[in-house]
Amino acid sequence: MAQSGRRDAPELPDFSLLKRLARDQLIYLLEQLPGRKDLFIDADLMSPLDRIANVTTLKQHEVDKLYKVELKPIVSTADQLCFLIRPRIQTVKWISDVVNLDKAAGRLRRYKIIFTPQKFYACEAVLEEQGVFGDVTCDEWAFYLLPLDDDIISLELPEFFRENFLEGDQRWVGAAGGALRLIHSLYGPFSKVYGIGQCAKMVYESWREQVEDGEQKTQQPEIGNVFLIDRDVDFITPLCSQVVYEGLVDDIFRIKCGSVEFGPEVTSSDKSIKVMLNSQDKVFNEIRNEHFSNVFGFLSQKARNLQTAYDKRRGMDIQQMKAFVSEELKGLKQEHRLLSLHIGASECIMKKKTKQDFQELLKTEHSLLEGFEVRECVSFIEEHINRQISMIDSLRLLCLLSLTENGLLPKDYRSLKAQYLQSYGIEHLLTFSNLKQMGLLVEQQPGETLTVMESKVGKLVNDKTAGKLTDAFSSLAKKSNFRALSKRLVLIPKSGEEYDLRVPRDMAYIFSGAYVPLSCKLIEQVLERDGWTGLEEITRMLNGHEFAVSGGANGTESRIKADSQRIVLVMFLGGCTYSEISALRFLGRERGYKFIVVTTAITNSGRLLEALLDNHP
Amino acid sequence: KRVSVVLFCQTGVYYGSKLELRAKPEDDEYWNSSKFSAFTFDDEDDEFTKMKESKRAVNSILVDDDDDDDDVEKVSWSGEPIGSISWSVKETASSFRSSGEQSFPKIDTAPSLPKQGSGYSLSSLFKAFTDTSTRAYAPELRKPKSECKDYMSDWSPEETVRRMRKGRAYSLERFRSLQDKLLLLDEAVSLHDGNVITAVLIYLKRSLSKEILFRELMVREVALRHYVHYLKEMGEQKLLLMQYKEHLNIKDEGRRRDFLKSCLSLPFSQDDAMHVQDHYTLLERQIIIEANDKRGEAEIFRKYPRKASILNMPLITTLYYSCFYHYGEPEGTFSSPANIRKTFRISEKQYILTALGARAKLKSWFDVDSLFNTKNWLGYTKKRSPIGFHRVVDILQKNNAPAQVLQEYVNLIDDPELRLSLAQKYKCHDIVIDTYKDLKDRQQLIVYQGKVERGSHEDRKIEELINNMQIRWKN
Repeated sequence: MAQSGRRDAPELPDFSLLKRLARDQLIYLLEQLPGRKDLFIDADLMSPLDRIANVTTLKQHEVDKLYKVELKPIVSTADQLCFLIRPRIQTVKWISDVVNLDKAAGRLRRYKIIFTPQKFYACEAVLEEQGVFGDVTCDEWAFYLLPLDDDIISLELPEFFRENFLEGDQRWVGAAGGALRLIHSLYGPFSKVYGIGQCAKMVYESWREQVEDGEQKTQQPEIGNVFLIDRDVDFITPLCSQVVYEGLVDDIFRIKCGSVEFGPEVTSSDKSIKVMLNSQDKVFNEIRNEHFSNVFGFLSQKARNLQTAYDKRRGMDIQQMKAFVSEELKGLKQEHRLLSLHIGASECIMKKKTKQDFQELLKTEHSLLEGFEVRECVSFIEEHINRQISMIDSLRLLCLLSLTENGLLPKDYRSLKAQYLQSYGIEHLLTFSNLKQMGLLVEQQPGETLTVMESKVGKLVNDKTAGKLTDAFSSLAKKSNFRALSKRLVLIPKSGEEYDLRVPRDMAYIFSGAYVPLSCKLIEQVLERDGWTGLEEITRMLNGHEFAVSGGANGTESRIKADSQRIVLVMFLGGCTYSEISALRFLGRERGYKFIVVTTAITNSGRLLEALLDNHP
Repeated sequence: KRVSVVLFCQTGVYYGSKLELRAKPEDDEYWNSSKFSAFTFDDEDDEFTKMKESKRAVNSILVDDDDDDDDVEKVSWSGEPIGSISWSVKETASSFRSSGEQSFPKIDTAPSLPKQGSGYSLSSLFKAFTDTSTRAYAPELRKPKSECKDYMSDWSPEETVRRMRKGRAYSLERFRSLQDKLLLLDEAVSLHDGNVITAVLIYLKRSLSKEILFRELMVREVALRHYVHYLKEMGEQKLLLMQYKEHLNIKDEGRRRDFLKSCLSLPFSQDDAMHVQDHYTLLERQIIIEANDKRGEAEIFRKYPRKASILNMPLITTLYYSCFYHYGEPEGTFSSPANIRKTFRISEKQYILTALGARAKLKSWFDVDSLFNTKNWLGYTKKRSPIGFHRVVDILQKNNAPAQVLQEYVNLIDDPELRLSLAQKYKCHDIVIDTYKDLKDRQQLIVYQGKVERGSHEDRKIEELINNMQIRWKN
């Protein structure tokens, strides 16, 4: 386990403060509706709420019954109803219906909506339209940041990804700026902010303006540097199969809000167990960043140690035994429980992943990244589709093919799309349209040079029909330029060389030594160069929108702040994967940084693609 | 005085920056009358020249625009020239002070050309806006003019959107002229706060006709996307594909089919039109098949009862079903595999894979054989497959094919390495032995001898081979 790294790595700030703040604010808001009340909670707010408060807290503030928002008629008999929701039009429409039904039945109640993290004008407009504005009071619970672990903070806004990148709706920019402002006010002042991506720029601006709104900072900074990155700067990394333990667990069992539910196949009993996965779990903490091939060895070593520890009991006298039971046994039992869970999980992963299919899948992914035997990859993908196996995996491979090859050949695109629709349902037409709009799965523009593109832009001026306008825009669709980027940044280690996954030499270990994640490589380069100088060619290929700005801090303080300068907050707009977090932890150990990852949500290939599916009503 | 200021702002801030993208009537007139139109090129003929031509023309317009600027200085509300330092300082600090020492610089967030556009969004919007059932709003009840004269009405567009962003009191009532409304919208867009953009759009939607609003949104990509998303969430918008998507809400298959039929006339791209046509044909087919098979009279249905209806299943699932329950029916019947294959242009590879799966599931090894049999001109039968025989073996093995069937297909695998590994996996001893013999690998044969039963037929065969001095072993 290469945990040691540089010994002088700075300590991370304490983020439990964020939880306390959020809890206190919620309590304050609940008290704004004095007396007994029923509370309706949005389904996706339940887990985050669980992390900062419990039922007792709510009961103490006169919450009577708890309901999940289901957009169905309610059965509550309470005189006061409180709704704790995300600002979504659908939900507000439903609440309006509830209120109007009560009105029609001549029933008098008080209603309060607590929007989190903020309310939207569009939601209030619905209340107005439905004639219930004024009957319902609205509040905002600025619960922006949920610490999931010592170094991971989530906004728990998975919808950020689709709404920003697919729909082009900038409604969450303010929330991301607000989150940054909160961190800045508690752990800043920041001295440097780097970023890349259109959304990153807007978030920076939003944050800057919010800060200027009358805040004076005098405290000692705990976080020095900030890096903002849009998810669409690097789509390849989150689309690759994860092979580091934490990422694998997320791919297979889906970690939700820092907790996972292991089913009977893991617990080898008939019930499921929910486990928190974070640095508090000593066993997990040691394997979370490891390549899966090391995990078994580690766990069996651990099991042997445990056995030895238990065996100590033999030959103990009463006194020693007493000490053993009171001091060690509890810890051992706890470790025992965790160990057997992780061994169970690893076995389950092994069963799923050692199948022939997974090996071939990985091989195809690696070939695509390397640009090696692409035709074979295409026929593998075709066969994958033909056999109707995993709809998401097929889509994932198609997107990887498109991203690495700057689009599919028109002939391939048509044929693979047709076969995909045949295998998984023609309603996926919408999915393909979404993927095209995102630039994830596109056709190559044959022989298109810059000149032709420019001429198309020029032509816009006299094109009368809007259709042509669109055509010209889509031909400007972002190219991923992956091959060139990969060459310049050396993302693909030389093949043929032995890569010892036990002693990783670079961040590529998170993908079995086959690929250094682009997102993390950019962060490494910018930190190393203290800006984008020398990376001009790279940023051009990434469509620009890079920036590096420093606050006006004067140099005299720099000595005191040395520690905070090595604490880097990376904010992923649109989600990041556990593999990327592992890679950053590795980078931190190598270079003496400590990374704090702030993300709009934890993502993986499944979640990313599911957000873009449109095959259901 | 105020009116003229608004006009200047429009020229400077909004009109100028959007010029490249606008297709205003004036522009068209300009194009038609310009000397460049004397050149008549076919569209694709000489794009390079056209580009240069366009560029020059654009530049010339911009120059004209600049001239205007020289004539009249753009002035802000307070009378300071727009773009001057004092103006921009005031602008950013109108209601708040920066904290001096720690302040971060502003970066340019002006959106460049939109990165991508869906093949549908814009052109199909035309349709959406004319098609959707009109949602009639009661005309805004406006307050009498006298009430607007309080201090709120003095807020500029910038101030208004900034107040909106901070959740402070604001009023949109005073933005009544189209120019004012658009100025407000552009200001909201430049703030990059989607919430405020949508709020302004809701106001514009209520106070502008659809045609006018849409005309203006056409040249404002960011605002347009916010508007489309808002309509989508309100359930008011039916883009081309969204309209097609409606079918997912229809439970009754007959009505769903009729709905799909009505979709056929929508202006899809050529490829997508074909897919939608397929969708309709497929459901039509499934309804016929379902009506017949529901009764389950044929023997096969009694032997292997259906687990679910075939309605709304993907095409390949339907083909599998047909290979399972309707194999060997003449091509003329709708439910026959041959008919489905032909109607939906299913590739040979796809067909073989699916039929193989279905027939192997039923353990009809004879049907499996005939899938791969081809006769050459001399009448000899030979096995040929569009998918690798290792995949065939894989599928057969998963369906518990008997040893001799498996062996036959393992033997057909071209690549000796792959053949060896699968033969060993499935214990096809003869194949392993023959392959080693072909590879002239005596050492491996000796090793393999240890794995077979002593005195068995295989054991003797190996013994015979390794003692055969006629073979030129490589080791």
